[in-house]
Amino acid sequence: MTTNNIAIQAVELTKRFGEFTAVDGISFEVKKGEIFGFLGANGAGKTTAMRMLCGLSMPTSGKAAVAGFDVFKQTEQIKRSIGYMSQKFSLYEDLTVKENIRFYAGIYGKSDAFIKEKTAFLLKELHLEGETNKLVRSLPLGWKQKLAFSVAIFHEPEIVFLDEPTGGVDPVTRREFWNMIYQAAESGITIFVTTHYMDEAEYCNRVSIMVDGRIDALDTPAQLKKTFEVNSMDEVFLKLARKAKRSTD
Amino acid sequence: MRTLRFLLQKEFRQIFRDPSILRIIFMMPAIQLLILPWAADYEVKNIQLSVVDHDHSQYSRQLLNKVTSSGYFQLQDYSGSYSNALQQVEHDKADLVLEIPADFEKKLIRENESTLFMAINAINGVKANLGGAYLRSIIQDYNREVRLKWVQLPRFSPEVQIEVTSSNWFNAAMNYKLFMVPGILVVLVTMVGSFLASLNIVREKEIGTIEQINVTPIKKYHFILGKLIPFWVLGLLILTIGLIIARLAYGIIPAGSLLVIYTFAAVYLLAVLGLGLLLSTYTSNQQQAMLLSFFMMMVFILLSGLYTSIDSMPAWARAITKVNPVTYFIDVMRMVVLKGSGLKDISPHLFTVLGFAVVLNSWAVLHYKKRS
Repeated sequence: MTTNNIAIQAVELTKRFGEFTAVDGISFEVKKGEIFGFLGANGAGKTTAMRMLCGLSMPTSGKAAVAGFDVFKQTEQIKRSIGYMSQKFSLYEDLTVKENIRFYAGIYGKSDAFIKEKTAFLLKELHLEGETNKLVRSLPLGWKQKLAFSVAIFHEPEIVFLDEPTGGVDPVTRREFWNMIYQAAESGITIFVTTHYMDEAEYCNRVSIMVDGRIDALDTPAQLKKTFEVNSMDEVFLKLARKAKRSTD
Repeated sequence: MRTLRFLLQKEFRQIFRDPSILRIIFMMPAIQLLILPWAADYEVKNIQLSVVDHDHSQYSRQLLNKVTSSGYFQLQDYSGSYSNALQQVEHDKADLVLEIPADFEKKLIRENESTLFMAINAINGVKANLGGAYLRSIIQDYNREVRLKWVQLPRFSPEVQIEVTSSNWFNAAMNYKLFMVPGILVVLVTMVGSFLASLNIVREKEIGTIEQINVTPIKKYHFILGKLIPFWVLGLLILTIGLIIARLAYGIIPAGSLLVIYTFAAVYLLAVLGLGLLLSTYTSNQQQAMLLSFFMMMVFILLSGLYTSIDSMPAWARAITKVNPVTYFIDVMRMVVLKGSGLKDISPHLFTVLGFAVVLNSWAVLHYKKRS
């Protein structure tokens, strides 16, 4: 279904909730190792599209393959190949840093030796050695988000889906977070990320912009600015998002 | 298997780290078992009696003495007019009015019979019923005494009298605690088994961690077992704590074997856990789950035979008790604790509850979806 260097392929992917069409026949491809920005105003259908690709939501029609597996039939295989960081913070606040890592790694079937070694490495990377046995609840938000990202890629997935990973985080931590994303991309993980920050869109290899459930633009940030004859991604986004008929929530 | 181990480790950690759950586990059985059985006593005492004595005779005084010395009645008012006494009832000061007619003694001596009038305040049905019955039997008793005094001859009375004496089996002293404590214990186990479990799962929905679990390759049955096993263990733990409290506080030692109780409880918990799981798949936040649980618990308790006899319920209510798992456990507990029933005696109940377990769990598993 997919050629070897394609991580995600969607063809006319659609999701309807009764009368409402949340995602309206979107088609795109994401290459392996790419950082793919998935932009759109609130309510444009980003999260729904992402949930379909992760196997959390059943598409109404269309076709899509993630890591070479069909989103209709092979969701269990897909789940083994992806990492996911949702909009809501989804680590267990009443477990410690170490326990969270161990739990998520464990349910992906990683061996004890692997978990132990990689946990030590990760904690050092994140400068969380002193916080190993603290409850996640007690960490500041930025650290929590970085930890959640690390947990999402701990089992070394092919693709990681990030749904507004930097919402509510300070600029310094956002920068650090993007450094981590680059590192992950360098190690060969495909990044599929939604965001509302246009400076972050500039960091992506390619960007798609969703308006009212459809993809209205898809290109590199530089090319998009050229096409729309503007100087920043901000203006690109505004030009497109203003056409939206759906009310934002 | 390894996945399950990780899940269980996580659940137990969370449970034992949560002070509110620990409080529920240890305080709830203690408080409920120490307080409720004292309040849930069917014996009616302190019935307020208002007497209207138009006779003021030796006999009427004797009768009153007998009534008040029984210990069930308190003479609230002794007046000369019925309307006066009725006013006492209206003000809720009296539960019963006993009217002794003016010629009570005269008639009794001359005509060998006399009539007494009894008016009962039936706002509190139980009190009215039992109070009336007590008073009637006291009067009958008095009647017999009078007869014995008067009708000495002929020795062989043509009037045949049947006297009924009774003895209470299995609970000789009619100790209500022996009856209530096992029932309350069942309610406790049910609450922990079904509602704590459903709240736990719904909480994961609410904070969003369930979505994180759903994007992992974790198997549905792993996740469900990971949730059921900890609460199954907690349910048995509560039962144990409850049985210890019952023994220490009330000296209740099951007449039957503990093994029978635990065997039944193990299966029963599967059924109520299935119910909890089902509730959690139909609700999306903890408020919904709480309200639904509260509603179901009311129905479960009132239609379980814990407080009222199932035999006296109308047919439709009896039908509901048949599909209420609580009914069966309460029955089994009473059978084993009071009567010493064995595994063979309770096996019909055991299989019924096993049936509940299969149906509820399959339903819940079918309805739990990793994908929307």
